[in-house]
Amino acid sequence: MAKAKSEFSVIGKSLPRVDAGDKCTGRTKYADDLRLPRMVYGKILPSIHPHALIKKIDVSRAEKLPGVLGVITGRDLPIQFGIMPTSQDEHALALDRVRYVGEPVVAVAALDEETAEEALLLIDVQYEPLKAVMSLEDAINIKEPRIHDYGPEGNLHKIVSIDFGDVDGGFGEADHIREDVYFYQGNTHLPMEQHSAVASWNPSEEKMTIWSATQTPHYVHRALAKVLELPDHKIRVVAAPVGGGFGGKDDPFSHEICACKLSMLIGRPIKITLTREEVFYAHRGRHPVLMWVKTGVTKDGKITAMHFKSFLDGGAYGSYGPASIYYTGALQTVTYKIPNYRFQAIRAFTNKPACGPKRAHGTPQPRFAIERQLDRLAEDLKLDPIAIRQKNMTGPNHVTVNWLKINSNGSKECTEEVLKASGWKTKFGKLPKGKGIGFALSTYICGAGLPIYWNELPQSEVQIQVDRSGLVTAFSGAIDIGQGSNTVLASLVAEVLGLYQTDVSLVTADTDLTPIDLGTYSSRVTMMMGHAAIDAAMKVREPIFEAAAEEMDVSIEKLEARDRVIFDKENPENKLSFKDAAQLAEAKFGPIGAVGSYKPAPKIGQYKGSGVGPSPAYSFSTCVAEVDCDAETGEVKVEKIWIAHDIGRALNPLSVIGQVEGSVYMGLGEVLMEEQDFRKNLHKIPSLLDYKSLTFKEMPPVETILVETDEPNGPFGAKEAGQGPLSPVIPAVANAVYNALGIHIDEIPITPEKVLKALEEKKKGNPPRVGPKGIPSYNFPEPVKVEVPAEWKR
Amino acid sequence: MFYTGAVGTAKTKGGLLESQKTLITLQINGERYEVAVTVNKTLLEILREDLDLTGTKHGCEVGECGTCTVLINDQPILSCLTLGVEIQGQKITTIEGLEQNGKLHPIQQAFIELQAAQCGYCTPGMLLSSKALLDENKNPSQDEIKEALSGNLCRCTGYWKIIEAVELTASRLGASKE
Amino acid sequence: MLRLPKFQYLTPQNINDACKILADQGPAAMIVAGGTDIYPKMKRRQFLPKTLIGLRKIDDLDRISGSAKSGLTLGASATLTEVSSHSVVQESYAGLAKAAGAVSTPILRNMGTIGGNLCLDTRCNYYDQTHHWRQAIGWCMKAPSGKGWPVLQDSKLNQSGVPCRVAPGSSRCWAVSSTDSAPMLIALGAKLKLIGSKGERVISVKDLYNDDGMFYLSKAHDEILTEIQLPPSDGIKSTYWKLRRRESFDFPVLGVAVALKQAKDGTVEHAKVVLGGIGSCPFEMAEAQNILTGKRLTENQIEAASQSVFNPARPLDNTDFHLFYRKRMAPVYLKRALTELATMGSNV
Ligand SMILES: Cc1cc2nc3c(=O)[nH]c(=O)nc-3n(C[C@H](O)[C@H](O)[C@H](O)COP(=O)(O)OP(=O)(O)OC[C@H]3O[C@@H](n4cnc5c(N)ncnc54)[C@H](O)[C@@H]3O)c2cc1C
Ligand code: SF4
Ligand code: FES
Ligand code: FES
Repeated sequence: MAKAKSEFSVIGKSLPRVDAGDKCTGRTKYADDLRLPRMVYGKILPSIHPHALIKKIDVSRAEKLPGVLGVITGRDLPIQFGIMPTSQDEHALALDRVRYVGEPVVAVAALDEETAEEALLLIDVQYEPLKAVMSLEDAINIKEPRIHDYGPEGNLHKIVSIDFGDVDGGFGEADHIREDVYFYQGNTHLPMEQHSAVASWNPSEEKMTIWSATQTPHYVHRALAKVLELPDHKIRVVAAPVGGGFGGKDDPFSHEICACKLSMLIGRPIKITLTREEVFYAHRGRHPVLMWVKTGVTKDGKITAMHFKSFLDGGAYGSYGPASIYYTGALQTVTYKIPNYRFQAIRAFTNKPACGPKRAHGTPQPRFAIERQLDRLAEDLKLDPIAIRQKNMTGPNHVTVNWLKINSNGSKECTEEVLKASGWKTKFGKLPKGKGIGFALSTYICGAGLPIYWNELPQSEVQIQVDRSGLVTAFSGAIDIGQGSNTVLASLVAEVLGLYQTDVSLVTADTDLTPIDLGTYSSRVTMMMGHAAIDAAMKVREPIFEAAAEEMDVSIEKLEARDRVIFDKENPENKLSFKDAAQLAEAKFGPIGAVGSYKPAPKIGQYKGSGVGPSPAYSFSTCVAEVDCDAETGEVKVEKIWIAHDIGRALNPLSVIGQVEGSVYMGLGEVLMEEQDFRKNLHKIPSLLDYKSLTFKEMPPVETILVETDEPNGPFGAKEAGQGPLSPVIPAVANAVYNALGIHIDEIPITPEKVLKALEEKKKGNPPRVGPKGIPSYNFPEPVKVEVPAEWKR
Repeated sequence: MFYTGAVGTAKTKGGLLESQKTLITLQINGERYEVAVTVNKTLLEILREDLDLTGTKHGCEVGECGTCTVLINDQPILSCLTLGVEIQGQKITTIEGLEQNGKLHPIQQAFIELQAAQCGYCTPGMLLSSKALLDENKNPSQDEIKEALSGNLCRCTGYWKIIEAVELTASRLGASKE
Repeated sequence: MLRLPKFQYLTPQNINDACKILADQGPAAMIVAGGTDIYPKMKRRQFLPKTLIGLRKIDDLDRISGSAKSGLTLGASATLTEVSSHSVVQESYAGLAKAAGAVSTPILRNMGTIGGNLCLDTRCNYYDQTHHWRQAIGWCMKAPSGKGWPVLQDSKLNQSGVPCRVAPGSSRCWAVSSTDSAPMLIALGAKLKLIGSKGERVISVKDLYNDDGMFYLSKAHDEILTEIQLPPSDGIKSTYWKLRRRESFDFPVLGVAVALKQAKDGTVEHAKVVLGGIGSCPFEMAEAQNILTGKRLTENQIEAASQSVFNPARPLDNTDFHLFYRKRMAPVYLKRALTELATMGSNV
């Protein structure tokens, strides 16, 4: 199916996005822009305690307030839900117990939002406070009270302990072994759009419709069916265009369920839009992770073994945690050949908003740790930091020790390109004092090989309908959150059918109208929806080509379609317009339409946890950061970022560059300032002013280089771009700071305070470092030994 | 002795019914709108909720993001911190007014071509701040663009495509004048 | 969406009428100029005034008049954009152009006024939070309930018994003076005019402030700030250095304002050093001023003056950045400010 690039007519071009016109004129209707006849408004009362039993809730005064239409509490929604089958631990409204400040407790429907808000002030909740568990150390040490009554013990949610290869043997072969400890602070997605949902119950049809700013309409659908006890087909979830997600709108949320329940109760449509503070509490952001990594290397820098421990502060609920924990260990082996690998991890419950999947889910933290440590190992061995990486880098067609199969692999090309562009050779070790340069490599999956609910069904389906007018409509469950999936869908269909991108009309992310797509997470959409789209387009092309071939009197193999014309490749004058061909086909075969689908079939290991990591393909990114550090103020100014990304094939280069630049931006925010910080048991700074994100003024120039490796598993060779390029930015900056000042900041974010502190230590002759001192003493269970795959090669 | 903009209820309790509304006249995108509001209504609420001009977005409602930017007398201001009653008689431009008779403003065209809008949520505010800059400064430097747009946050684009779109527009507008 | 509580909005045509409403209604009435401070606070239920008095209808309150030679007068309602881009301010009161131009964002500067900036409420990250957040932490002395200001009338006593969250043993509030223009105007020796129901008076900008997070303004409630009077520039060089995490949006967590007059041979004849963002009011750094006065701006002098502000700068942990970091930055920022002035040509 993969054609040579010169033959493509739509893809490979930087065409404008199909939805850009609406977005640039204010026409796009986001969830909060919707208004239905008789629509009312909902507000949710948040908990003021981090951990407490709910003794009594008195809503009588609120109910009496004129304009209030309905009030619900946890008792009205007693069924638990959660994104993963193993994390069904949430209630839409706290039932008997609250687990973090900001947790939803009571929901009110009123004629307008102000009245609903006023009603909240009239609700009396009596709490019996419990001891709050606010940190990892707390979670490990405080056995009682438990935040949840499941999990291995106390306040631990999940424990992993697993061995690939002969780890002790591997360390035995090493000439040099290092142990380092790193901490990566939690941070949040901070989409500009605050979550919003409009629910409308139709009593005569007994049917629920909800429009929501969600990345995963399919999973919202599941959660609603479960909690509301409605049959699946009586729920319609429409994902409105999402005003930024980054993983923050991947879970089913309380406000979505409450909106539905209230709508059922009062028989009117209702809208609930979160405030910025509530968005901070909804969270599901980056886990704070404490990491310990021990790596053995030979004299010439070859890795012989790695032992990686991560401690995840999960917040109050499971969410994607069962996957997050594995992601902190899964991809280390994808960038570097690690022959013997031990991974041990704990995810703990704490009385804070739940963590979950933020852009590059679970992988920037370990990436920071290992890319920092590689620089140290290189220094220990007096090797060049690039050379030590090149020595260990994986290549194409590689199977990792933990059973992940890499096809295309552009890490070497990306490294060369980014070094060349940045002038690394003329800079590394040669910059004036205070200036520094750093490098890092990373990888990311292109869709999780397995669905969240393990089953044999396709993970993405696309339906195409061709009208006799020549109109082609593509139906897909995928939701565009700004990453550009609508454009990918239109471009792929147009490519196959020989149309213009703008000829393809789209219907997306509506569980009534569109076939399934599991959602916008794990960089799966281009890969999976893309394949499904190509599959469906090939199927509708068949009858059209058949009718055209007959009319044109050529054999079908000779036909090609581009620019709305179907023609004989050997005799282009013999041609037919797409519309005419579509009509002939309709006359001959009846209505023209088809469905396509995709289900990845990655070979996976058979061990517990083996579901996290496998993917049809892996993207690779390398980054060079150049910094200018002020030793007096501790300020780190990133002067420029060079980033090379192995995209497989760029379906729309400008769109890919946009994803890469956006990832760089977000990575810079994480390394320099973003922090989901807590003080005295509550979120310290739940506002856009105090949660610091980069403005125009902090954003350095970015030079993006796209490397194309033509991924055999990718749609027309494409891989992901939305998440992977975030990860190398963080260690690249940290390494550059070391290069500039000779200090180790082993804790993200790298703030001026930390830089000054490290410089002070250096002055005093102490290790020039700021970072965690150690890890909690915890005896992990004996690692489960996993057999090494037969294809594994050193 | 003095003009009373309107008398709202002094009490904080009491719902819809207790508050008195006042009729105000707003000049938005060259059109006259009459709308009855309580004095505490911000322009943001009036645009979105009373006039269905939902192109104006919001990300915080307390001045911390710039998402709600509109132009008043061609200057960018935050609609979340402006009362409707305060700006009667002034020229208000929202994203819906950037396009004229179905024809895009060059800055919109450039945003589309350079993919300066990803999720699109910050876009209306960005476009209006950009337009105000270009109206005042035909040929802004990169630093001037960054300064002028530094009150608008974006979480998607990494900002560069927006800067490039402003530059492209400036060069096009300059070229068309020559 | 965060929304404003209900209030009555009055737009008197002249200052006297405005003062009268303030006098009649007492603390239940508040002034609004640009609204960029008061509206967010009302939305967070930190203030719940019954009446807002808009200054927009009052003529000439936004006028900027005079000259560098005679002194410049800034109407209280002039926006920060107008002040910072005014040619006389840029040329002769460069520090003020810098300070006013460093406030928040360009959009907010189009709205916020210089008068509002001087009267800006003190800030604290236990206080500038939503109603829900403050309830969860158990309120604090400055806003001891969800009912908003005014609660304590004019008494300085902490009657509520609710502690300060930053300094729990303290009998006063330590919220931080976060105005960029005040330290600079003090350094420039500016005065301001207050008109109240009992008449008008002119005081130095410095005297507008109390070292108290709750009662940070010395003026009577019914006094309205109408204009700021800058003295003749008289060859004074000035600059302002602001510490904040981002180059936009963020309030100062340290502001260093310096104004100097040098003789022809470079001897400093007169020096003013004022620090903002580190306490409940702007602080004049007397020792630094003494060190500088009568000497040339040599590297050693600059160093000595800079070090002298380390001790007096006593920030607390209620803003962005670690408090010790802010303290450490005070000498560094002063040094940079002085160095900038030392290398700047005189602009007599
Ligand atoms: C996101 C954000 C960032 C900000 N960053 C900064 C910053 O970096 N630096 C900074 O200094 N400020 C900052 N501000 C605060 C504010 O925008 C400015 O201080 C602005 O100048 C306030 O002026 P205003 O006219 O809007 O004040 P208003 O909100 O109208 O009033 C502020 C206070 O002053 C009183 N007042 C106003 N005018 C008078 C008068 N004439 N007489 C007596 N009392 C009066 C009001 O009653 C009120 O208490 C920021 C605000 C926001 C929302
Ligand atoms: S300093 Fe203390 S009393 Fe003042 S606002 Fe902060 S916490 Fe409240
Ligand atoms: S909505 Fe954020 S500034 Fe107005
Ligand atoms: S495009 Fe999404 S916030 Fe700017």
